[in-house]
Amino acid sequence: MPEAKIQELVIISGKGGTGKTSIAASFAVLAGFPVIADCDVDAADMHLILAPSVRERHEFRCGNEAVIRAADCIRCGKCLEVCRFDAVIAGGEGESYAIDPVACEGCGVCVRFCPEQAVDFPESLCGEWMVSETRCGPMVHARLGIAAENSGKLVSTVRREARRLAEEKGHGLVLVDGPPGIGCPVIASMTGASQALVVTEPTVSGEHDLERVLKLARHFDIPAAVCVNKWDLNPDMTERIEALASSSGARIAGRIRYDRTVTLAQIQEKAVVEIDAPSAGDIRLVWETLGLK
Amino acid sequence: MILAVASGKGGTGKTTVSVNLARTIGHGVQLLDCDVEEPNAHLFLGGRETGSEIVTIPIPEVDESLCIACGECGRFCRYHAIVTFGSTPLVFSELCHGCGGCAMVCPREAIRETGRRIGVVETRETDGITLIQGRLDIGVAMAPPLIRAVKARLKKETAAILDAPPGTSCPVIAAVRGADFVLLVTEPTPFGLHDLRLAVDMIRELSIPFGVVVNRMGVGDDRVHRFCREQEIPVLLEIPDDRRIAEAYSRGEPIVDALPEYASHFATLLWNIREFRNAGGR
Amino acid sequence: MKVAFTASGNTLDATMDPRFGRAAGFIVYDTDNDTFEVIDNQQIRNSAQGAGIQAAETIVRLGANCLVTGHCGPNAFRALTAAGVRVYTTQAATVADALEAFRAGALSVMNSADVAGHWS
Repeated sequence: MPEAKIQELVIISGKGGTGKTSIAASFAVLAGFPVIADCDVDAADMHLILAPSVRERHEFRCGNEAVIRAADCIRCGKCLEVCRFDAVIAGGEGESYAIDPVACEGCGVCVRFCPEQAVDFPESLCGEWMVSETRCGPMVHARLGIAAENSGKLVSTVRREARRLAEEKGHGLVLVDGPPGIGCPVIASMTGASQALVVTEPTVSGEHDLERVLKLARHFDIPAAVCVNKWDLNPDMTERIEALASSSGARIAGRIRYDRTVTLAQIQEKAVVEIDAPSAGDIRLVWETLGLK
Repeated sequence: MILAVASGKGGTGKTTVSVNLARTIGHGVQLLDCDVEEPNAHLFLGGRETGSEIVTIPIPEVDESLCIACGECGRFCRYHAIVTFGSTPLVFSELCHGCGGCAMVCPREAIRETGRRIGVVETRETDGITLIQGRLDIGVAMAPPLIRAVKARLKKETAAILDAPPGTSCPVIAAVRGADFVLLVTEPTPFGLHDLRLAVDMIRELSIPFGVVVNRMGVGDDRVHRFCREQEIPVLLEIPDDRRIAEAYSRGEPIVDALPEYASHFATLLWNIREFRNAGGR
Repeated sequence: MKVAFTASGNTLDATMDPRFGRAAGFIVYDTDNDTFEVIDNQQIRNSAQGAGIQAAETIVRLGANCLVTGHCGPNAFRALTAAGVRVYTTQAATVADALEAFRAGALSVMNSADVAGHWS
């Protein structure tokens, strides 16, 4: 069975704002034309550096939402009684009940139990995903609709399409910019990846969140590497974090210094390694340590 | 009053603002840490733990002696969390949303609900601040049920500050819903502005009055300020890009303790929020 | 008996698809009368969650007793086991090769899932 040996590197952080996307953008430049997957679908930022030309747009439908037909509502309150998600808004005197689309989880209970069959259940449009071209390689990215549920589903779609593109066009690497946290979007961005790089910072928050995200990587059997960004803000904490990483079975991928020119690169819409920045060399070293092509 | 602190982008300073506001109000304030995937507020407050409760969500359990394998439960479920193969339904608990529908449609009342653990809610007390935080178990995918459990412990008569998770999707909505006012924390950079726009759209969708805090002033340019002016969004606080602030944060020390000259910044923020609300600002 | 193969094509010369839940399609081969049917899996591939479970439902509904594939995730494995479907793993290139190996008794049975689910 011809299985393409495509490598997949996922860059995550646990805590948000550690510099994951900036570093991922630099890696996109350093790698030999990878497929880039921006899986931070909630707050996607990679495109601000990579300036993608969109080639395909696809609607993303993630389930259904309940909508009460006001004319048929008899105000019995059954929907309010059965809804577990506080999504039913009781109407005032003489007014129909309504469903709060932000709270509705599309379970269908009110639809089934309304005595008047007054609840419609259309498919919800939750966002869109795009396939684009960038100067560093093809990119799959997405935009999640405001207040949309379960961004894990869209993340899976982005990853799947990125892998498919890599298989079809013969790219050896999929580079995934992952979301913050440890919940469903992060899990969806990680499962089955070859390697996870956790970008953290030398702070108590960084340390606390690193521990949790490394547990997650172990839970899913993903080999993890750790890199401390802005390490010189607190060298003692950097050492503590590296010790924590090692004792958790993760390898140390390197350290990147605090560098205000990172924002300058962002403003110029360039990756850090594309400008003359003090931290560019540190980033290259981390990339080399990861040992991907 | 419930004041929620949110942001589109992670790492802009939500916890910094929440913790320092709580310290500024001082006595008799509740701080709710709704970033249940990575709760950090406790790292800055210390104090003593006063309670810890396991939180569960209801998932179906089938009584095989009553089940006739009709498959009705599986046909109803929107999440493929209960499926009949062979003689009894299988439950895939990590896919279950806890809607209770399968139990309700079962013609033999063969399904009851048991609790599946998703995390804990912990309370701590420090110098008159009551910290209520949620901590999601590793490997649990859905945060909103735990966030709702944290908010359920809020005492309505007492002032509350709510530290939301980053982003604009369902966990943030679960955290911010019902707040009286929202502070959106951002930084003056391209990523900061981009994610602020998303956050503004989200808050407007929820129709909650809001204002902006710009952190790390000076690190980028004025695009965020221009955006706020165009959109008539009040900038209620600016925190400079002071390396000492970053260092205090890295040690886990609230700014108002490490650098008392910043105490007035947070006092002014509270005052600005009150003034904005009193003037009928939305 | 009926044996399901995960396939990327609609003849016995089709390439074996290594995945189950998100396979391109299935070829269900009836060894009693040497006929087969082809099922497209596009709709399940596009679904957000529970692909493995749905794929299991599909082949069980078609009467498959055995499944021959490359990898199987935890939810699919649990569902298939409950339904009494034996799962075999193969590295064969085409469905025809896999069928031959199956008939020769040369394939190994899977005793557990061998990949993490693509959680979403």
